[in-house]
Parts: sequence; C-alpha cells; structure tokens
Amino acid sequence: MNALDLARWQFGITTVYHFLFVPLTIGTSFLVAIMQTAWFRTGDERWLRATKFFGKLLLINFAMGVVTGIVQEFQFGMAWSDYSRFVGDIFGAPLAVEGLASFFLESTFLGLWIFGWDRLSRGLHLTTIWLASIGTMLSAYFILAANSFMQHPVGYAYNPVTGRAELQDFGRVLFQNTTVTTFFHTITSCFLVSGTMVLGVSLWLMMRGKSVDVMRKTLSVGIISVLIAGIGVVFTGDAQAKIMVQQQPMKMAAAEGLFNTSAPAPFSLFKLGSIDGSAEYFSIDIPGLLSFMATGDWNGEVKGINDLQAEYTAKFGPGNYAPYVPLVFWAFRAMIGLGLIAVLFALFVWWRTRKGKVPSNKWLGWAAVTCVLFPLGGISAGWIFTEMGRQPWIVFGLMKTADGVSPTLSTGTALISLVTLTVLYGVLAIIEIGLLVRAVKIGPPETVELLPVDDDADNGRTLTFSY
Amino acid sequence: MSLEMLQNIWIGLIAVLWIGYFVLEGFDFGVGVLLPVVAKNEAERRTVLTTLGPVWDGNEVWLLVAGGATFAAFPEWYATLFSGFYLALLLILVALIVRGVAFEFRSKRGDVGWRRRWDIAITVASFVPALLWGVAFANIVRGVPLQLDANNNSQFVGNFFDLLNPYALIGGLTTLALFVTHGAVFLALKTEGDIRVRANKVAGQTGLVAAVLAVVFGLWTQLAYSNNPISWLPLALAVVAWVATLGMNRLGREGWAFVTSAVTMGMVVLFLFTCLYPNVMPSTLDPAATLTIHNASSTEYTLRLMTWVAVVFTPIVLVYQAWTYWVFRKRLSPSQIPNPHEGALDLPHEVHV
Repeated sequence: MNALDLARWQFGITTVYHFLFVPLTIGTSFLVAIMQTAWFRTGDERWLRATKFFGKLLLINFAMGVVTGIVQEFQFGMAWSDYSRFVGDIFGAPLAVEGLASFFLESTFLGLWIFGWDRLSRGLHLTTIWLASIGTMLSAYFILAANSFMQHPVGYAYNPVTGRAELQDFGRVLFQNTTVTTFFHTITSCFLVSGTMVLGVSLWLMMRGKSVDVMRKTLSVGIISVLIAGIGVVFTGDAQAKIMVQQQPMKMAAAEGLFNTSAPAPFSLFKLGSIDGSAEYFSIDIPGLLSFMATGDWNGEVKGINDLQAEYTAKFGPGNYAPYVPLVFWAFRAMIGLGLIAVLFALFVWWRTRKGKVPSNKWLGWAAVTCVLFPLGGISAGWIFTEMGRQPWIVFGLMKTADGVSPTLSTGTALISLVTLTVLYGVLAIIEIGLLVRAVKIGPPETVELLPVDDDADNGRTLTFSY
Repeated sequence: MSLEMLQNIWIGLIAVLWIGYFVLEGFDFGVGVLLPVVAKNEAERRTVLTTLGPVWDGNEVWLLVAGGATFAAFPEWYATLFSGFYLALLLILVALIVRGVAFEFRSKRGDVGWRRRWDIAITVASFVPALLWGVAFANIVRGVPLQLDANNNSQFVGNFFDLLNPYALIGGLTTLALFVTHGAVFLALKTEGDIRVRANKVAGQTGLVAAVLAVVFGLWTQLAYSNNPISWLPLALAVVAWVATLGMNRLGREGWAFVTSAVTMGMVVLFLFTCLYPNVMPSTLDPAATLTIHNASSTEYTLRLMTWVAVVFTPIVLVYQAWTYWVFRKRLSPSQIPNPHEGALDLPHEVHV
C-alpha cells in the first residue's frame, strides 16, 4: 500500500467511526429535548426520569462525537493538502461557518444543560437542550453542503491562473438540491438510529421489570420516531436517487451492477457475477424497479457502466471512471436492508407491547440491546456507498482522489497515523460500549428529588452534576 | 473593501481566534497538568475537574474555528501547515481526543484504578498540547523549510525532528509554563479551601519560571525573527500584564490576576502574529516559497462573504459564552461533590434538580 491508499483507509475508518456517534447525538439530543419538554409541560416525573436517563447515554456518546470530530477537520489539511488547496476557497467556507454557527452553539449549550440543572430556571434550562439540538442539526447542514459540493460541484469557477476552483455563488453551494435532499435523508436516518436505540433500551429495561412506568413512555417515543423517520428516509432517499441519476449516473449504475444501458432496468435483490460484468451467474431481479427508482417510470432508461465509461473517456480522457462495483452494489443493499429491518423491528415491538403487554422471550431481549446496530450499520453503508460510488473522483468531474492526497505525505507517516488512530479508536470503542452497557443496566433513576432553583444559593450547596 | 484589506481583516480575525483559544483552553491545559499537584484526594480532584466541566468543550471550539477559518481564508496556509506539521498535529489530536473522553468518562465509574488511569491521561494529554502549540508557533515564526513544487505550491520539505530545534523547544516550554500558571490562577479564582491555597502558591512559582522563559523567548523572537518593530508593543504589554499577574496573585486578588493573565495570553498571540506579518509561514530555503497573507488567501468573494458571517456570529458567540461563565461564576469546594467515590453511573437515585 502507498500513502494514497493508507490516507484513504484512514479517512474511511475515521469518518465511518465518527459517524457512529454523530447520528446518535443528533437524534438523541432532539428526543431528550422532547422528553424534557413533556416534563416541563406536564410536570409528570416519569418524563424527568426519562430525560435524566437518556441524557446520560447522550453525554457518553456526545464526548466521543466531539473528540473524533476534531480529527475530521484536521485531516483535510494533513492528508489531503492538494485537495484543500484546490477547493479551499469553496470548501473552507461551510466548514468555518459550521464552527462559528454550530459547534459553539452545541458545545456551549450542552455544557449549560449538563451542569445547569440547579443554576438555571426550568424554562431556561429546557431552552439550552433545544439550542444544543439545533446546533447539532445546523452542523449537519453545513458539513453536508460541503460534501454535496464534492458530489455535485456548483457555484464555482475554475481559475486557470491559480489552478484552483473558486467560489462564485455561496447560495448555490448551500441550497442546491443535492444539499437539501442529502440533509433530510441524513437527518431522518439519524432519527431512525436514535429512535431504535431508545426503543431497544426501553424494551430491554421493561422486560427486566425496571422502571416499567417510565420505559413504556419512552418506548412509544422510540417507536414513533422510528416510524416517522422510516417514512422520511424512504421519501428522501427516493428524491436523492432521482437527483443522483442526473448528477452521478455512474453511481446509480454501480449500485445495480448495471453494465449495459437498459429500459426498463431491473433491481436485483441478490446478484453474483464477474467484476467486469461480462458474466452473471445468479440473480434475483425485480423487473423495472431500478427504472422506477431512478426515473419514476417503470420503463425509464437507466444508463449502464459501459456507456458511461465511454462517455467519460471522451470527456475527461483515458482512465477508469467506474467505482469498485461489488462494494458499491452491496453497500447500497446493506443501507436499504438494514434500515428496513429497523422499521420492521419497530412495528413488531409495537405489536408485541400494545395494550400494556410486556413480552418475555429471551431472543427479544437480545434483539432489544443489539437492534441499534442495524440502522447504524445501514447509515455506515450509506456513507460507504455514496463516497465509494463517487470514485475515482474526490470532487466529481473536477479532481480525482489520487490527485488530492498530500504530496509530502510519506508511506511511513501515513502508516503511523493510520495505526495510531485505528488502535486508539478501537480502545475507546470498547470503553464507550462498556460505559453504555453499564448505564443501561442501571436504568433510570428511581426517584428524583426536586429542590428549588436558586441562583443565589449558598456556595456550599451540593452540586447536581460534577465531573 | 479591497482584497488587500480583506486579507488584513482575516489575518486579524484568525489572530483573534487564536487569542480566544490561548486564553480559554490555555487554562484548561494548565488545570489538567496541575491536577496531581493541587488536588490531594478524590473530592478535590473532582472539584478541580468540575471547574472545567461546563466550559472546556466550548473553549476547544476556538481551535476548531481557527482551523476552519484558516481553511476558508488562507487555504494555501492551511494546506502547507497541516500537511507539513503532520506528526506534531497527530500528537496533538491524540492528546485532545484522550483528554476530552477522560473528562467525560472519569467519574462515571467508582473503580480506583479506572480513575487513576484517567487522571494520568488528563495530565499527560494536557501537557502535550500545551508544549506542542508553543513548538508549532515558534517554528512558524522562525520559518520552516518550504519549497515550491512543480505546481507552484509551497510544500514543507523538512521532517518532524526539524521542528524540535532549541528555539522552538523554548517556545514550547514558554507556552507550557504560561498555560500552567494561567490554569493555577484560574483554579485559585474558582475554588475554595486547600485547592485555592495550593493553586495560589503554584501560580507564584510557575509564574516566575514562565516569566524567565517568556523573556528569553520573547527577546529571541523579537531580535531574530520579527518583521515589524511594532511587535515590541505586544511583547512589552505581555510582560507588564504578567508582572501584574504575579503581583495580584501574591496579593490574593484572584479576579485581577486572572484578567491580567488572560491579557498576557492574548498579547503573546498578538506578538507572534505581529512578528510574522505579512507572512504567515516563512520559508528558510526560498523566499519565493514564503506564504504571506497575499499569496495564501482565498478570493475576494469568499473573504467578503466570510467577513459578513464573522460579523454576525462572533458577537453572538461571545455573548453566550460570556454568559456561561457568568452562570458558573461561583467558587467550588470539595464538600459540594456528592458521594465523591461513587461512580456517576452507579447511583440509582438522582438527588435534586
């Protein structure tokens, strides 16, 4: 492996890892804000216990999201300096805005929320969790605008003198349809993840007879979140697919392993074939489905890899313009399949717990604690699909990934950093999972004693939260 | 506004972001390094860490925004600097990662060994960046081996060990000593009892070490590397503010000691930036490869756009961050930590809201 391969592995590993914590933070901060609002409005202590409990899980998770996020911002410059030079005029702007408008907001107000239970009035304290939640979503918007530029560059001009892409219209970068649909697809999938987590944890504790009164309420929050998010993911994904066919037809062709342009084009649930598409050994097809996903018409034409390859060779010069098809093909199916399992599981749990029933099957207990892995796996597969499906480009049609890597990066340095970060991340994952399991096993506080909020209280008063 | 004016505004804004970072995360680092020195038992350790609790994450965002702003406003600088200082930045990243999770995870379990390990992590991971930021800035001011490549881009052609020259190491020790003292001053302001007494004493001692280092580093920088005589001014102000810090600390005027200490941190950053101006990363090999605010910047469009963003958001951020410090203005004492030996996750009953 050379420095380029190592840098790509590092980016892949650190980004997928970071994005295990991000969706949980985005979705859970919102759901916790909902729970706290319910307590604020009804005064029902069960909602307060739910807020405290899921708040703990949120914080364990948030810490990991924050620290792994710093790596993301730094490694563009560290490992991808030629990319950074080329697009810095455009790509840096949403990143800087993200920091100024969202990172400050989420970190400052989450700090206030964690430590401010006895320092802020109830309404003000509730506001802090909402602001933190809004901060996480704003952050997602800006970084997805930057990513969407890589998928579909707009609002720029190439300057031959400086040899770089320069920003012409920031509004187009921020509000192009790629950005908007990607944002909603990502946010809905975050709620799929968090909803499943809340649902699974609630079900598991209910089955163990712990805080059943609280967990029944949060179980509903989880189920509703998954079902609404599930519908949202499907519609936004559909919109995204149609845009993708226009903007990156090669990605869609690779998603199906469609080598020859077809009308109608089928969608395979399963396929075994040779990598270059010359032979197909076995497949289960749904006729016309790919045409429908791509064009909205069951007989619509979908371009195949071979035609696109010829088209791109004519346009960009000789080279291989197809991504690695088996990976893209299976990542696409994993994304859809794992997401679907989460939705079906939520429906099943709703059925088994309706009218106050508490199921007791052993396997369901296991399913409850592990079910969050399905949508998390789905969301990772989605990112692997969209990023690997864009290859060989780092910015579609403008710059190839191989040209973006830092020319000064040696194989040794790349290897040291890949190994260091991977080992560190692995160790932290074990620690984090251990803590989450511990927190879940203990469950919500059985009682929460209320003291009046008094900003001018004596210094000696016991803290509600301390490190 | 002309392009040149915008470039000047942006180097100013980036200096402001680094000032914010040194002032705020500077004391976080100091507190982390001093944890084993000022806290002698579990309740004290938790008190010390809780002084940072509500603010450390927001403080660290200043670094993220400084990085993002450099990317947006001076992409050539961002690209050359970050790829050139790869291993140094990797070390800083590892430290910041470990430190952040250490804060959050430490008190979750009551296990003595668990806490002991996170304590070591906090101290080491605060020490490393406190030292390395000084090393990094000293190297930038001193100049690093940059050469133009075939595409006319400035590329760092040195290696990690080039960064560890005597001048830069003194720079590193200077920021380390300054941050440690700044942290001690902060702790003296934010705590009650034994911790306050110890922190006050430590600040007096490390403050003198920092003073000696800072004078050596400051004069060396000014005489050998400054592009502008005006940089004497922030240097002089830094010295005056530091003398005031030591005096106020001695008098037990903790609020004023913290203010003057913060002014010192700010003046140190301003000093380094005025020494550099208009360069942002001078080359020791080829003057043509030197990055300046002019040849490293974004376009006029991007800079103007980002100026508006900064004008709108920076005051808002300053207001709510300042408000956070107001909300958590009270001193903390170890008696306020409930069940200091229990793991936070192991308590089935939440007391009070």
